[in-house]
Amino acid sequence: MTKVISTVDTTKNAKQTPDKEQPWKELGLKQEEYDRIKLILDRRPTSAELAMYSVMWSEHCSYKSSKMYLRQFGEKVTPEMTKHLMVGMGENAGVVDIGEGWAVTFKVESHNHPSYIEPFQGAATGVGGIVRDILTMGARPIAVMDQLRFGAVSNPDTARVVNGVVSGISFYGNCLGLPNIGGETVFDKVYQGNPLVNALSVGALRHEDLKLAKASNPGDLVILFGARTGADGIGGVSVLASETFDADGPSRRPAVQVGDPFAEKVLIECCLELYAAKVVAGIQDLGGAGLSCATSELASNGRAGMRVQLQEVLLRDESLTPEEILMSESQERMMAIVPKRDLKAFTAIVNKYEVEFSVLGEVIREPRLYINWGKEEIVNVPPRSVAHDGPVYERPVAYPTYQDSLNANSVHSANLKRSTEPSELAEQLVQIISSPNQASKSWITDQYDHYVGGNTALAMPDDSGMVRVSEETGLGVAIATDANGRYCQLDPYNGAKLALAEAYRNVASSGAVPIAVTNCLNFGSPENPEVMWQFKQATAGLADGCLELGTPVTGGNVSFYNQTGDIAIHPTPVVGVLGVIDDVARRIPSGWQDAGNNIYLLGTTRDELDGSVWSEVIHDHLGGKPPVVDLAAEKALAELLQGASLQGLLASTHDLSEGGLAQTLVESTLRFGMGARVWLNEITERDQVDLTAALFSESTARVIVSVGREDDVKFVGLCEARGIPVLRIGVTDASGQLEIQDLATWNIDDLKSCHGATIPELFG
Amino acid sequence: MKIGVVTFPGTLDDRDAQRAVRIAGGEVVKLWHADANLHAVDAVVLPGGFSFGDYLRCGAIAAQAPVMERIIDAANGGMPVLGICNGFQVLVESHLLPGGLIRNENQHFICRDQKLIVENVDTPWTNGFKLGQEITIPLKNGEGGYIADEETLKKLEGEGLIAFRYFEVNPNGSVNNIAGLRNERGNVVGLMPHPEHAVEPGFGPDTPLAMRSGIDGLTFFTSVLNQVVNS
Amino acid sequence: MPKADLLDPAGKAVANALQRKGHAEISNVRIGKRIELHYVNPPTEADIATAKQIAADFLSNGVIEDVVNVFVEN
Repeated sequence: MTKVISTVDTTKNAKQTPDKEQPWKELGLKQEEYDRIKLILDRRPTSAELAMYSVMWSEHCSYKSSKMYLRQFGEKVTPEMTKHLMVGMGENAGVVDIGEGWAVTFKVESHNHPSYIEPFQGAATGVGGIVRDILTMGARPIAVMDQLRFGAVSNPDTARVVNGVVSGISFYGNCLGLPNIGGETVFDKVYQGNPLVNALSVGALRHEDLKLAKASNPGDLVILFGARTGADGIGGVSVLASETFDADGPSRRPAVQVGDPFAEKVLIECCLELYAAKVVAGIQDLGGAGLSCATSELASNGRAGMRVQLQEVLLRDESLTPEEILMSESQERMMAIVPKRDLKAFTAIVNKYEVEFSVLGEVIREPRLYINWGKEEIVNVPPRSVAHDGPVYERPVAYPTYQDSLNANSVHSANLKRSTEPSELAEQLVQIISSPNQASKSWITDQYDHYVGGNTALAMPDDSGMVRVSEETGLGVAIATDANGRYCQLDPYNGAKLALAEAYRNVASSGAVPIAVTNCLNFGSPENPEVMWQFKQATAGLADGCLELGTPVTGGNVSFYNQTGDIAIHPTPVVGVLGVIDDVARRIPSGWQDAGNNIYLLGTTRDELDGSVWSEVIHDHLGGKPPVVDLAAEKALAELLQGASLQGLLASTHDLSEGGLAQTLVESTLRFGMGARVWLNEITERDQVDLTAALFSESTARVIVSVGREDDVKFVGLCEARGIPVLRIGVTDASGQLEIQDLATWNIDDLKSCHGATIPELFG
Repeated sequence: MKIGVVTFPGTLDDRDAQRAVRIAGGEVVKLWHADANLHAVDAVVLPGGFSFGDYLRCGAIAAQAPVMERIIDAANGGMPVLGICNGFQVLVESHLLPGGLIRNENQHFICRDQKLIVENVDTPWTNGFKLGQEITIPLKNGEGGYIADEETLKKLEGEGLIAFRYFEVNPNGSVNNIAGLRNERGNVVGLMPHPEHAVEPGFGPDTPLAMRSGIDGLTFFTSVLNQVVNS
Repeated sequence: MPKADLLDPAGKAVANALQRKGHAEISNVRIGKRIELHYVNPPTEADIATAKQIAADFLSNGVIEDVVNVFVEN
């Protein structure tokens, strides 16, 4: 079918009409940026080039406000830390060597703004996007996780977003055949107009199968394959993610992408067969900024160039202009660099899967990106300037005016009432475990397939998700993700470290050794100096924390502009930690299964209730300083757990975090319905804390373990030898009850009802 | 003993079904939807997933695939065929089993460890069970509601063609709690739950004995291997 | 359309939602499918007969659905 070529803005035209008015402002560019483009090109840009730069230089694609801070992740490292790192930041996803010739690639990404506008498709395409990033590294995706933050449960709009997002993740993830192995769901009014939908995926590959997104050999073909290109998300990237919503509602035209997981499943199988046949030299997926991004990044990474015939793109909608084609974010598309000699084999494989493709052009030596629309040249740019040399901002930073008074307003200064009455404390425990953030999320997680693939060793509600990679040896990986917006609001530096500590502790609790980190940094507007201060603090905290723990950041994502009007979300850096386990059979369950085991509390309890769930649920209070983070203690604890696990001493391990000891005890009993008798007096005596602190403090570097009687002596000896504070606090029993001595006794069935009813009642 | 496992575009649990066959001691033959050839297999498994994206109706387009023509012939000739979840939907669309499968009553996809009662042990796929045995098999679907008209139901119940019934919880609104059925001849069995997800210790449902230790699903695959050996 | 005597969970969900929105006047909802076949040349009588066959054999599942109408629309 001949394409009608209308009058397009060519490079020739651009040279001849230097003073033409261009809508650079409407496209989201600043005057300085427009001027810089003219300097780079030595003329005004064509409309197509303007579209490319506007999208690629937007916050979402260029990381212009965050780049200078993200550098720390690459700088604050040691050779020891990075020895397992095969691919670091800057690629589609980080890749880590896990031994036996296997590697895993993992990353977490955000799809926040689209999920407020169209929750179902926003969340669905969020999953689709991160899975494609993993696929692009040459890996078979093997699992997904998600980290969700919604507004207050009392607000009627929250249900709209929750239902859409959960259905969207369920729809897309299940159709791809990827087990969902964990994540988190948090409700807080600060996320009302700005829900956070972060999606993580992990994939496995043999070392030799690693693929990179670069076009380096002149003569190789540039091929676009997968779904046809339509009008999805045109301008979505620069329009949505780089501007906040006005309180009156989104004024920009909604530009949401619609996903087809079936198409992506077919694409996954097709790509894996292409990789196995070794017919692909480089590969990039098309996500934000679509073709603009894929072409410029492949060329720039390969230090080469490309000639592209844009009219060869297979269209779903023939009315698209060249600019729209370049900016389209139609899903389920990939760009491959294929040596000419491999074209026949490539074609045979895509035909087998009935996947459409077209050859758009070829790689050239000159580092220049030429895009033609028929005979007309509409783009002629240095690819590096588009993909990698975008603007780098040093945004103003200002210590928040509210910070000092917020930090001074601790639970102590606010005189928050603490009870000593057992019945009141027991009541508070029930209130806390049934509060929306602490209650069972199985209404949500039961909508996700966690069996597909047959390699899921641990999934929700255990401490981390764990997947077997090698069926021969049992080699596997564990992943945990954590974030605490409240802690970060109080102290972004330590709050970020606390998230890292918690995820690290969760991985160690399942029996794996933490080795790498990914992150999704969700913040307000970078144009707000107080938000930039939070960002600066948080990135420093995370980088310093990673250095101290020896776990490098392998990649991640930044989501700015999560605010409505002047009200920003709490700084919410989500930290994901990946660990390796030599044999998943050695994984440690999080709950009690056997009667007659001793329960030990490891670590020290301090009076640390600022920012805690107790302060939120019981007193609706946020103030003071978050719990002290001690990464040396976390490391020692993790090493102890590893040692004990290798000796087979641990029947269960569950870490303490939000909700304190109370939450952990209840979860340990509900996991398999095994009861226990627990006493707190030794904690209160040894650590000099009151009952409220013993139950609800959120002090770090603590876990509870259950140990068989025959292993007691050995286990306690191990702790003492390593200087880990250890206290026996209880015994498991088949009574059907959880008893906290001198406080209360609960029937497990009653606890199960309270813990399990909250979420279905709100959203079912 | 060669067991064919079919892959359609969008099939998801084929690798799990292949693993189940291997663990049971059988030889796996991968069958591609577009290849009208059964490669001399002794039995066929239609695994779960979203073949052809569930477009038009679940299993409707898969039922028209070239490999299905061969499978329908073979089934009519007595070859054992097991349809799991989407595979069950394909069997229904192919008219190898009666009735229909529609959206779950509560409109949500549900993934849960499901208790079933085995109600028929006279098939190649269920001969290893005891009549009335309670088993736990993972269930995961959004379109699992079994329906049939009065006449069909009368026949199914009257002739003992129900193979599995949901126990304690009906997760999808299936009529008469029907989780799976067999054809009159007994060689074709379809069910919504996924036996291939309960075949390997450490990766199946939780049991009172230990976390993830359930392997009730393995009996489906050892049964058919016994049957094939004996025939 | 789904057969009259069979459950239509999607229709039921929509009906419930309309009730919640205050539409007491709507007692029931049933949801079916509209499928368009686009022809290279204007369809003949024979084409329409074939289309009815296709509708009965493939586009609908006679066990759970009824073909309500097959007609030419310009």
